[in-house]
Amino acid sequence: MGKKKRIFAGLATVTSAVVLLAAVQRLLQPKYMSDVVEGNLIASYYDTGKDHDVLFIGDCECYENFSPVEMWRDYGISSTIRGSAQQLIWQSYYLLEDTLRYEKPDVVVFNVLSMKYGEPQSEAYNRMSIEGMRWSKSKVNCIKASMTEEESFLSYVFPILRYHSRWSELTADDFKYYFGAEPNFFSGYYLRADAKPAENVPKGTPLIDYSFSENCWNYLDKMMSLCAENNIQLVLIKAPSLYPYWYEEWDEQITEYAEKYHLPYINFLDPSIQEQTGIDYAADTYDGGLHLNVYGAEKLSRWFGAYLAERYDLRDRSGESKLAAEWDEICARYDAEIARQLKNLEQYGNVKGE
Amino acid sequence: MLFTDSIFVIGLILLCIIYFLVPKRFRWMLLLAGSIGFYAYSGPLNLIYMAVTALSTYLITLRMEKMAAAAKETVAAHKSEWSRDEKKAFKEKAKSKRFRWLVLCLVLNFGMLAVVKYGAFTLRNINTVIGWFGGSKRLPVKHFLLPMGMSFYLFQTMGYAIDVYREKYPAEKNFARLGLFVSFFPQLIQGPISRYDDLAKGLYAGNGYDPKRVTLGVQRILWGYFKKVCLADRVMPAVTALISNTDQHQGMYVLMGILYYTLRIYADFTGGIDITIGIGQVLGIPITENFNRPFFSKNITEYWRRWHITLGTWFKDYLFYPISVCQPMLKLSKWSREKLGKNVGKYLPVYVSTIAVWFVTGLWHGAAWNFIVWGLMNAVVILISERLTPLYNKFHKKYAWSNTRAYDGFMALRTTFLMGLLRMFDCYLDVPLTFKMFGTMFYKWNPQILWDGSLMKLGLSKPDYLVLGVGIVLLFTASMLGRRGSVRERLYDKSKLLSCCMTVALLLIVVVFGAYGIGYDSSQFIYNQF
Repeated sequence: MGKKKRIFAGLATVTSAVVLLAAVQRLLQPKYMSDVVEGNLIASYYDTGKDHDVLFIGDCECYENFSPVEMWRDYGISSTIRGSAQQLIWQSYYLLEDTLRYEKPDVVVFNVLSMKYGEPQSEAYNRMSIEGMRWSKSKVNCIKASMTEEESFLSYVFPILRYHSRWSELTADDFKYYFGAEPNFFSGYYLRADAKPAENVPKGTPLIDYSFSENCWNYLDKMMSLCAENNIQLVLIKAPSLYPYWYEEWDEQITEYAEKYHLPYINFLDPSIQEQTGIDYAADTYDGGLHLNVYGAEKLSRWFGAYLAERYDLRDRSGESKLAAEWDEICARYDAEIARQLKNLEQYGNVKGE
Repeated sequence: MLFTDSIFVIGLILLCIIYFLVPKRFRWMLLLAGSIGFYAYSGPLNLIYMAVTALSTYLITLRMEKMAAAAKETVAAHKSEWSRDEKKAFKEKAKSKRFRWLVLCLVLNFGMLAVVKYGAFTLRNINTVIGWFGGSKRLPVKHFLLPMGMSFYLFQTMGYAIDVYREKYPAEKNFARLGLFVSFFPQLIQGPISRYDDLAKGLYAGNGYDPKRVTLGVQRILWGYFKKVCLADRVMPAVTALISNTDQHQGMYVLMGILYYTLRIYADFTGGIDITIGIGQVLGIPITENFNRPFFSKNITEYWRRWHITLGTWFKDYLFYPISVCQPMLKLSKWSREKLGKNVGKYLPVYVSTIAVWFVTGLWHGAAWNFIVWGLMNAVVILISERLTPLYNKFHKKYAWSNTRAYDGFMALRTTFLMGLLRMFDCYLDVPLTFKMFGTMFYKWNPQILWDGSLMKLGLSKPDYLVLGVGIVLLFTASMLGRRGSVRERLYDKSKLLSCCMTVALLLIVVVFGAYGIGYDSSQFIYNQF
């Protein structure tokens, strides 16, 4: 065999191995279409427009409590949520960095619940927060900051090393959505149209130490600096979820920080604000007070949209044809999803229609 | 560091690429640097032990060589003056002086091993004996962390020192080159225990890139990983469950444990050796085979000629023969012939040597009575088997059916099962528990566990059993095909395309069906604890 032929044969073998591995890897990666749909939230951002006035970052208290569609319809505010389940503060920071590669919103809204986690928590949630990110320095740093002891960086680069054992759990979804997931979010919002009243919400048990970790404060500082460098207004919020319990002592620390750096901080659990938003925990939550349903999210977004528009001079952009066309599509899907879920509720007693 | 650590795999790929890019004369230096880096990663302090071994062996072997040369010169100078007896006496004296240096080398190095590996075990036993005699004082027991692969590199290096003493080959003059022989990284995890004259040539040659050799080497590595991560690591949860919960897992469970553990240790150890030999093949360094289809052995003696071959030959060459012909043994032989009869006198030295070797073999495997009893049991079975050889021969002569392939298969299964039984000492916590669990196979009658779903509660699911089943069939098929020579080589010669497809398929199988990552407890190679 000649030298050229040998090199060609070697390259062909390596290439075919890489292509095959990539193909198998795609098959084995979770598609997040039927179960744990939240796994697609982070990646779904890249498939939408990149012209947003407001960016929400944070955990499920963001992506289940605020409806960007409602803010668009009521105030012409284009917003998006880069939320993921149990999103840790450093993940929020790196997602902010990542988003700034594509666009520069006027306002960044950060839900402060994640201040309670000073260390990496769960591999499964890490995966859902990180894997959907496109490769960048931010993603690399996010992985490094988030990994639990049992995780390896390599398994983020080659997810097949993590998901290889799914070969025995493959479902029809893995083949159906092999080439990509169908959009099932509404500018980062996870919609639920069912209701489960908040009853007997447990109170928080006393903690030994209420102080947030140094690590969290550092990332909050970094987030603030990054926003300042980009001339973005950072708004701190505590979403109106009744559980996990938000301690008075935690609230005081955030209030003190916000005052120190002249940042707005809204605690939606505050009774006076609750009165203004009009959230009814008997009807506006779908899981007993942990997250709002679409009706609660719409109420909250109406109030918050007005707040943002008024304070940060966010103009009504509904007249911009290109942007309006994008939102029309999202709104149409949003309405169709509500209708679908209501129909399922009527027929099957649950939104999934099972 | 383990073969399955991602850092090892990445490091290996990089090292292989750089190896073929640097000029030939620097390649062995690259291997030395890689080996030192590899060993330092397992614990920087471990390097000290290795450095002591390399340095002491280097200095002492050079000294012995110098003494041998000087003795030869002296004899040559007095060739005409000295009588034959005088020459002989001088040579004996010179040899005796060299022997003292060899003993120093052995005592120093095996002394390190004794302290690190057997120190705590010895002190615990001394304390037990003190207790028997009513003593209240106890010696403080200090535990040392055994450096990775110490038993392997020490035995390999001491074999080299003994060979130099025996003037089998000259001592290595370059300390760095000897350092590479001592520290060659693929061998540090599970062996084999190579001989200097087999390994050195390939180590220092700096062989060029040969597509066939590299392809076959990569395939051997992948085959090793297949055994290790698809089979050995997959069956490990069941082995752990069976040996850790002995109150519940008795009777038929013990039998299943023997089978699971047999698969585990075979796939783990041969897989590790395949990876080692495969790495050598990629780099153009021939490494001695350590297995030769051991489960095809018809008896235990044959089994030990096919299993961990390099350890067996090491003990044979450096322990069994020297013990058999040493002065005390010759005296014992003479005494027993005179006092106990010709027959006993003939066998006694062999028996004593065999038992001594198996005692040490057991001890080599671990600092615990389990291993010592395991070694002695092997010796007993081997000696009984040898004593009964005439009877077997008569049996085979009388019954033609005992010379058929089917009967060969039965004998192979019998040997495999017998070895599995002996390996119980390796599994259970201590010797009494091992005997107890062995006993439950006879009085605890619970065959229903084979079909009532109990085996699914051992940490193995249906997909796990599927992978194990297919894997065992593949192992068996490969072993059968391998009897006519290397399957990989034949395939490569027949069709390079098919060979490449096999490489890619193996890679996919390992990556997809391997039991690694989150959800699996990455278990250490069993043999790297020695």
